Amino acid sequence: MSARDEILKSLRAAAVAPAPLPDVSLLPAVRYPDVRDRFAKSVVEVGGRCVALAEGDSLEAALQAVPEYAASRKVASLVSGVAKANVDLTAVRDPHDVRDVDFCVASAELGVAESGACWIVHHGGKNRAVLFLCQHLAVVVRGATLVHNLHEGYARAAIPSPGFAVWLSGPSKTADIEQSLVIGAHGARSCTVFVVG
Amino acid sequence: MSGHAGRAAEFVADDARLHWHDQAVWFVRNKRDVARSFVPEWEELRTLGSQIKAHTLSRLPDYLEEFEKNALAAGAQVHWARDAEEHNRIVHGILSSRSVTRLVKSKSMLTEECGLNHYLEERGVEVVDTDLGERIVQFRREPPSHIVMPAIHLRKEEVGQLFHDKLGTPAGLSDPKALAEAARQHLREKFLAAQAGLTGVNFAIASTGGVVVCTNEGNADLGTSLPPIHIACMGVEKLVPSPRELAVFLRLLARSATGQPITTYTSHFHGPRPGAELHIVIVDHGRSRILVREEYRNSLKCIRCGACMNTCPVYRRSGGHSYGVTVPGPIGSILAPHIDPKKHADLPFASSLCGSCTDVCPVRIDLHHQLLAWRGELSRLGLVPLGKRIVSRVGGWVLLRTWAYRAFGKLMRMFAPLVPNPWTRQRELPPMPRESFRAQWRKRVRSR
Repeated sequence: MSARDEILKSLRAAAVAPAPLPDVSLLPAVRYPDVRDRFAKSVVEVGGRCVALAEGDSLEAALQAVPEYAASRKVASLVSGVAKANVDLTAVRDPHDVRDVDFCVASAELGVAESGACWIVHHGGKNRAVLFLCQHLAVVVRGATLVHNLHEGYARAAIPSPGFAVWLSGPSKTADIEQSLVIGAHGARSCTVFVVG
Repeated sequence: MSGHAGRAAEFVADDARLHWHDQAVWFVRNKRDVARSFVPEWEELRTLGSQIKAHTLSRLPDYLEEFEKNALAAGAQVHWARDAEEHNRIVHGILSSRSVTRLVKSKSMLTEECGLNHYLEERGVEVVDTDLGERIVQFRREPPSHIVMPAIHLRKEEVGQLFHDKLGTPAGLSDPKALAEAARQHLREKFLAAQAGLTGVNFAIASTGGVVVCTNEGNADLGTSLPPIHIACMGVEKLVPSPRELAVFLRLLARSATGQPITTYTSHFHGPRPGAELHIVIVDHGRSRILVREEYRNSLKCIRCGACMNTCPVYRRSGGHSYGVTVPGPIGSILAPHIDPKKHADLPFASSLCGSCTDVCPVRIDLHHQLLAWRGELSRLGLVPLGKRIVSRVGGWVLLRTWAYRAFGKLMRMFAPLVPNPWTRQRELPPMPRESFRAQWRKRVRSR
């Protein structure tokens, strides 16, 4: 018998009594009086920066105010309107090509107020690594897409299959040496979230 | 002294380290309490988590089949392993058939449990653990001492010395920020040079066929977005029915583990990247045996947050290595005897049964009850030392008989300080009262 069939057989042999699946939607999950305010605070609490932009404000001008962006030489962008972007992500044939990107701008489809997490979907291509190899990251999310908690997040998030998506909450971090928090472990050293509109 | 007590004795011999470790781990428990306080529905959330796991375990084979079907549809390749040996053979087979000699790994307690690193290294594969804490203990050729914070037993000066030897950092450098930066540079090279990346799996979604991996460092994402092969290893118990239920566990996991509202990266992998391969290895390794045992079944609900370790007075004061198993602490002490009851017979006794583990467990595993159940079972199997057996037998006999209890109490009040007792090795026995509680109470009632 194959390992698969043998494992399934021994699990079936356990004959566990049926237990009902509870309805998660009945949970009175936390909601906030001001979802934007809570989201901005959560982003800061997880080590990021949060900047509010009005509809029609220039993203480029806002980025210029980010010191890491102003200092960067190689900039990659997955959103339009980033004048400084000088890495052609559509031309990436090997993910190693983006190893020296200083700054990356990505867009998120959702933001979750309780955790500051942004839902970033990678739409195919070979440039996914840029999200993690870049030294600094900015994420653009629309204010209208902010939700209170993760339950609402999954209710709205479309998970790509086949594909990749990530809840990203602030910059990369570690506390593996003496519980001392260090920002910038392997991924982005800073994370600036722009809430638009 | 051998086993847990012996190894714990070595750990507590360094009094300063013992107290530092105790505080460092307790600090994380406190962060969990703060995070929990911001979620008014926390207790309901725990109940939901527990119920969802109970449901999933009750239909585990069905969910595994559903998961496999959807994972295949997304383009992943699915492998099944009955035990550690088969798991290691499958992983090595994938690597060797593609001539991979450089593998980067993110944290996976399952592969630790299976001894994968050693297996691959013996066969000529360079295995690099990329989680900072895991890299530290890998350099030291020792296992993690905690499932979330693998190097929690080490001081920054020791890490500094280690990095000086291994990575050429300046002698005496012990600033965590500088050491983490050195590791970042070192591991970037490893990520870029890797031919394959291996990750664990925090959750596998039956309805979508995807796997979810949680890290704070971003190491799983670097390890899977650069090389063309991603191998994800998971125990059969990692299934959740759908994303709706996944939300419950993601809200519980990081808060319970480190006090964060969610991990920095919570990555959803469905099928491989374009032009790449995704292999999912589903492992039993004793889990189906636990599923059969109703009194221990709840232990399969574990989401590996480590909260039971952080709160455990024994873990905090004896260190993770004293348990001698991959998963230490209360949860490890109820899992290990399933694999080898004789070898790990002392672990269910490495507890005061205070129940704090049960109080913090995000999926409401009845940890201290299972520890107690194991004590009884190990005793019936004849795996408990004679001294402990005699004491339990006599204690049980006395507690069942009021007259014996009274007589024994009187005897103990007279002779307890004279009886040899390991408990008093590090502690003073309080002075014995002259009268029993019953006698004192009777007097008090009469004087009113």
